[in-house]
Amino acid sequence: MNMQVGVLALQGAFAAHSECLTSIGVQSVEIRTPEQLGSVDALLMPGGESSTMSQLLESSGLFDPIAARIADGMPVFGTCAGMILLASEILDGRSDQRSFSAIDISVRRNAFGRQVDSFEANIDSSVGEFHGVFIRAPRIERVGVGVEVLGSINDEPVLVRQGNVLAASFHPELSNDARLHEYFVSLTAKKKKV
Amino acid sequence: MTGMVSTNGSSSTGTQRVKRGLAEMLKGGVIMDVVNSDQAKIAEDAGACAVMALERVPADIRRDGGVARMSDPEMIQAIQASVHIPVMAKARIGHFVEAQILQSLGVDFIDESEVLTPADETHHIDKFDFTIPFVCGATNLGEALRRISEGAALIRSKGEAGTGNIVEAVRHLRSILGDIRKITQADSAELFEWAKRLQAPLSLVQEIAETGKLQVPLFCAGGIATPADAALAMQLGAESVFVGSGIFKSDDPAPRAKAIVEATTHFRDADVLARVSRGLGVAMTGIAMDEINDTQRFASRGW
Repeated sequence: MNMQVGVLALQGAFAAHSECLTSIGVQSVEIRTPEQLGSVDALLMPGGESSTMSQLLESSGLFDPIAARIADGMPVFGTCAGMILLASEILDGRSDQRSFSAIDISVRRNAFGRQVDSFEANIDSSVGEFHGVFIRAPRIERVGVGVEVLGSINDEPVLVRQGNVLAASFHPELSNDARLHEYFVSLTAKKKKV
Repeated sequence: MTGMVSTNGSSSTGTQRVKRGLAEMLKGGVIMDVVNSDQAKIAEDAGACAVMALERVPADIRRDGGVARMSDPEMIQAIQASVHIPVMAKARIGHFVEAQILQSLGVDFIDESEVLTPADETHHIDKFDFTIPFVCGATNLGEALRRISEGAALIRSKGEAGTGNIVEAVRHLRSILGDIRKITQADSAELFEWAKRLQAPLSLVQEIAETGKLQVPLFCAGGIATPADAALAMQLGAESVFVGSGIFKSDDPAPRAKAIVEATTHFRDADVLARVSRGLGVAMTGIAMDEINDTQRFASRGW
């Protein structure tokens, strides 16, 4: 299928996401400007520092065009910092940190602790069993009514979806396993057919 | 608290994947040297993806002379309390007790750094013995692979810290990445010779021949003073930049810091680079390489 997935490349783990997409035969394009956003069918927002990305979204003029595309139904997948950018509420963030409010969840930045507490663990998920890598990870502290919990550890949600928006507090791009990327691409393919 | 990989039920901390994972998160970003919480806030406001907490920036270490050591824990903790982004700190080469202290403080990354006075003239720290990741400097591929074999999760080209002069960083990046390119062209017999010449483990050299890249991310440090310097390092193949003295030894640190962040993201876009380079005031004065003698060079520290 002729599909192009954009990977937000302002800062963070964008290269690892692009490699994942390439490994499943999906064409990816790094997004740093509004013009580059125009050609993509879906958008991946990687991990990194959410406050850095928030500022670069403003200075690059990408914030409003991305918000408009998400509102228009473009599938979007945020991991870690990417999830923070999509959340309707950010706890313990910077006061000037903006988010797209695209999924009705409250997330607490760095809630799992500093790097010394970063960990990897198995995730029970309706999409399959995954090994998740959590790096200074945010915690999903509230899940809104319309949000489906797709994966959890110790009964705590770590993978959620609301309509065209998928969000994970962990890093599927770091575990040599592209099944979640395949799942995201399948959502995009359905959307594209409609 | 020292203690490498620890597993609790199905969950593990301190694995190579978790250590290298944080390095992945720092890509495409700027890590700024800061000496107090005010500077740390300026760095975070400007969009730094991490800060390096230290008592004196390299330019001042160079000026003051004497022995440069790990920073005061009180100062590191004040910086940790003032920002949300990761906080790194430096330990002396081979000084594993300084590293133990930094781990106890919960810093996010330890820089085993040639900018401080080495504590061991033969050995580097056994970095597998720690839960938190290490970044180490390298001037060439052999040095990079030796540090990776000791457990480094991130390599930075050394450059020559505290000079505001990019020439050494360019030399080191070209050397590391040039040799990687050559190794991908080598046949299997030649890889033995490469390992011997680089004084590096054969298995790591063979892995590079297959993948065409270093096992861990490669960042650039040492001498970046302008947005153009940052973009040069990125275009040469660095995946992020460390800026030490270049920001807080300039006339007007905040706009320069922000400009370097934008230049690192948009490193191939000359229009953006031209826009962010305008009106930044005077950069740090800098030092030409022939003004410092061999004993004053930080880059030659490390084995």
